[in-house]
Amino acid sequence: MTKEAGDAEIGCRVENGGPSIPEITVLWITAGLGCDGDTIAMTGASSPSLEDLVLGNLPGLPKVNFHNPVLSPSCGEDFLKPYRQAAEGKLDPFILVVEGSIPNEENKKEGYWAGFGTDLVSGQPITTCEWIDKLAPHAWGVLAAGTCATYGGIHAMEGNPTGCMGLADYLGWKWKSKADVPIVCVPGCPVQPDNFMEVLLYLIRQASGQAPMIPLDEQLRPTWLFSATVHEGCDRGGYYEQGDFANELGSPKCIVHEGCWGPVVKCNVAKRGWMGGVGGCPNVGGVCIACTMPGFPDKYIPFLEEPPGAHMSSAAIQMYGKTVKTLRAFTISGGNKEPEWRKRTKKKSEGETGDQE
Amino acid sequence: MSTAGTSKIVEMSWDPITRIVGSLGIYTKIDFQNRKVMECHTTSSIFRGYSVFMRGKDPKDAHFITSRICGICGDNHATCAVYAQNMAFGIKPPHIAEWIINLAEASEYMFDHNLFQDNLVGVDFCEQMVKETNPGVFNKAEKTEAPGASIHGYKTIADIMRSLNPFQGEFYREALQMSRLSREMYCLMGGRHVHPSTLYPGGVGTVPSVQLFTEYQSRLMRYIDFVKRVVPLHDDLFNFFYEALPGYEQVGNRRILLGCWGSFQDPDVCDFKYENMNKWGQAMFVTPGIVVDGKLLTTDLVDINLGMRILLGHSFYEDWQSSETFVKTDPLGNPIDQRHPWNQTTHPKPQKRSFDDKYTWVMSPRWFDKSSGQHLALDTGGGPLARFWVTALAGKVDLGYVKATGQSVKIRLPKTMHQPEMEFEWKIPRWSNTLERNRARSYFQAYAAAAALHFLEKGFAEVYAGRIRTITPYQVPEEAIGCGFHEAVRGVLSHHVVIRDRKIANYHPYPPTPWNASPRDSFGTPGPYEDAVQGLPLFEENGPEKFKGIDIMRTVRSFDPCLPCGVHMYLGPGKELQVHHAPMFGIQNG
Repeated sequence: MTKEAGDAEIGCRVENGGPSIPEITVLWITAGLGCDGDTIAMTGASSPSLEDLVLGNLPGLPKVNFHNPVLSPSCGEDFLKPYRQAAEGKLDPFILVVEGSIPNEENKKEGYWAGFGTDLVSGQPITTCEWIDKLAPHAWGVLAAGTCATYGGIHAMEGNPTGCMGLADYLGWKWKSKADVPIVCVPGCPVQPDNFMEVLLYLIRQASGQAPMIPLDEQLRPTWLFSATVHEGCDRGGYYEQGDFANELGSPKCIVHEGCWGPVVKCNVAKRGWMGGVGGCPNVGGVCIACTMPGFPDKYIPFLEEPPGAHMSSAAIQMYGKTVKTLRAFTISGGNKEPEWRKRTKKKSEGETGDQE
Repeated sequence: MSTAGTSKIVEMSWDPITRIVGSLGIYTKIDFQNRKVMECHTTSSIFRGYSVFMRGKDPKDAHFITSRICGICGDNHATCAVYAQNMAFGIKPPHIAEWIINLAEASEYMFDHNLFQDNLVGVDFCEQMVKETNPGVFNKAEKTEAPGASIHGYKTIADIMRSLNPFQGEFYREALQMSRLSREMYCLMGGRHVHPSTLYPGGVGTVPSVQLFTEYQSRLMRYIDFVKRVVPLHDDLFNFFYEALPGYEQVGNRRILLGCWGSFQDPDVCDFKYENMNKWGQAMFVTPGIVVDGKLLTTDLVDINLGMRILLGHSFYEDWQSSETFVKTDPLGNPIDQRHPWNQTTHPKPQKRSFDDKYTWVMSPRWFDKSSGQHLALDTGGGPLARFWVTALAGKVDLGYVKATGQSVKIRLPKTMHQPEMEFEWKIPRWSNTLERNRARSYFQAYAAAAALHFLEKGFAEVYAGRIRTITPYQVPEEAIGCGFHEAVRGVLSHHVVIRDRKIANYHPYPPTPWNASPRDSFGTPGPYEDAVQGLPLFEENGPEKFKGIDIMRTVRSFDPCLPCGVHMYLGPGKELQVHHAPMFGIQNG
């Protein structure tokens, strides 16, 4: 099948402005060292959904030609055609999405750690590194999806044989695209679905002249998603403030003693939930293992032991927290009682207004 | 170029194979004159090294780490890892934690089969694809009424095919939306999808409450309303292919060699002790077992465990035959083979790909059958086919909503918004082939939903009784071994761990895809994909010039490949080979 999802008659008209380009291509490579979990997460997004993007259900979108191996109707060379065209500079503009960490193909004598498609001359796999080398210089922008692609992630754990790393480690932290856009990193293991789709939508709007340069922090994360900590958005933060900590999992209280890294991790999941506002991490009883952080996982293992900093800070809050909790208990107790006039009383003498019987 | 006495054999490959999870390539030799696949190799082009970098790590973290193996069924790994941790740490979680895990896993089956069947597999049966590969079949579909139209709403088979067109098709879009609803159900129990946050050795961190189970239940009933249309829709579609293409039962057909490692623990029986593993394995709500040539060989998890062998032959690794033996005997005193996952040492050796020698990162798991002395290349039937086949034959499961009869499995679904109460019956088919793997997938969506109704009742009962503690405390032992057996969405899943000095000394997960996507082993036996594709008759109407390989693609996808790695398909018109007599290709590389 040669027809890709975006080939349909689609696109919304907007009266004023509108996209400065008629169409844009998204080339997604899942052949880093990953698990395809970011692609699967992306299919779970609803704000916006994949259909919204591909069918043009949002005002002002250019036509989006979306290519991803997990969803593509076509296979093999048919599927690789736009990738090969882009590598030769014959497809413009496109956004390159990379999923999975980038192996070091130079740490061994021969063979490959990660490949994608076959070299038609040698019959050997084309390595993922070769694809990135060829595609990145032609891309309007490069988007790293998930913690593996952004910073290395679980597969870059100490003792790994592949020497893998994040995209910025591979291309350089100062790398910029031909449109002068830095690498955009959306970490998360996997990415929170809406976080990712929202950023992809932003980049499409920027590429089509409808949004300013994407605001990124030093770790190349979009600032509106990653400036707050897990703790700042966690609905269990109130327990922390009152010095009220769970002493085992399954409790609704704050779980820092159980190993939660939430107070020192940049991530919005405790606030946003995982899908459709449902789920998350410490807000629903799962310790934050810092899966969005560049230091993940090595700086946070063993996961199920109390972070050293949490011990000190949670001890410091005990006195204040317990006092405040006690005082609040009095106020709650007062507020738990209705005002005294809300009850059935006998009718007073005639002429006076009283409760209706 | 064909001359008398020779056949025209064309090399065809598809790399990457899309609409699966991970990296897979399929390399074939096809005889277009006789419309048959002569030879097939599968290759996976990615290596990550879990069993290497997990050495020395804290065993408490194993489920967090191994979840990352897979991006569509990572939670199956986390669950299986927790089972292995429970055994190694000598603990049994509270009942309510097991019901929560069962509910989480049920929603994973509901989600994953749904997304895979109707957004990935479905495209192989959609209008656009069938028109391109078998226009004659599409014309017939236009004229064929769908027997289940009154339930699923599509008048003809062609209407069903149109509804499966990517993004444009109504059912394609509906399935995509349902896959979100079922993932919300997962998130209620497991916190996050696909790498859960609330699963732990000893139980869960999820807070059980009336609210939790009610939120799950409301979504479940909407899913059940949907699945009542899914099953007849796929029955109509797949039955039509048998009818429209006589002989289609041979596509992807292979000897019945099915393995299922069981799913959904019964906390009344399961204590995670290896010594009692046969007993609690038999109580699982999907029965573990092995079916060979239609006969149930065993349902004993200890037998299953002891028979596991990891063979090399054509994979990019050095052997571990002379490496350390971690486990000499199991806790029952049975000897453990050096080729068993407990004793495997992974020595990766990247090298050039050569189909005569080493050609993939996948190893060759086999099951050693004592009675025949053979190393069986079991497949999982994509998951559901083996689960149903074993459960049906074993006749043990009876949940009210689900009942195994000895030759079938009955599934009863209560009244929902748009549909009355319905009963489906999955019956043992005549073939272990492409269409039956796919059909079983739809039925298993119903099975998982029906099982979830039972687990919900149990969960509510625990909450009503005030038994809401979700975790059993534990200490990591100085030395221990453990194993977990489970069903990942696409089939058998095992985790084997060896603990020394309170650290992981050895860890080997065996997901379904190494079983299914394995290369020829050291005995020359091809892996199941290779076996199912070799000898496959071609029904596609296109010649080599426009060949899509649709029958091959349908076959590979029927196994629900999930290599976080991958397979790729074909390029261009292909290279023509001069071949003398075509047959006997298959096993020459042994």
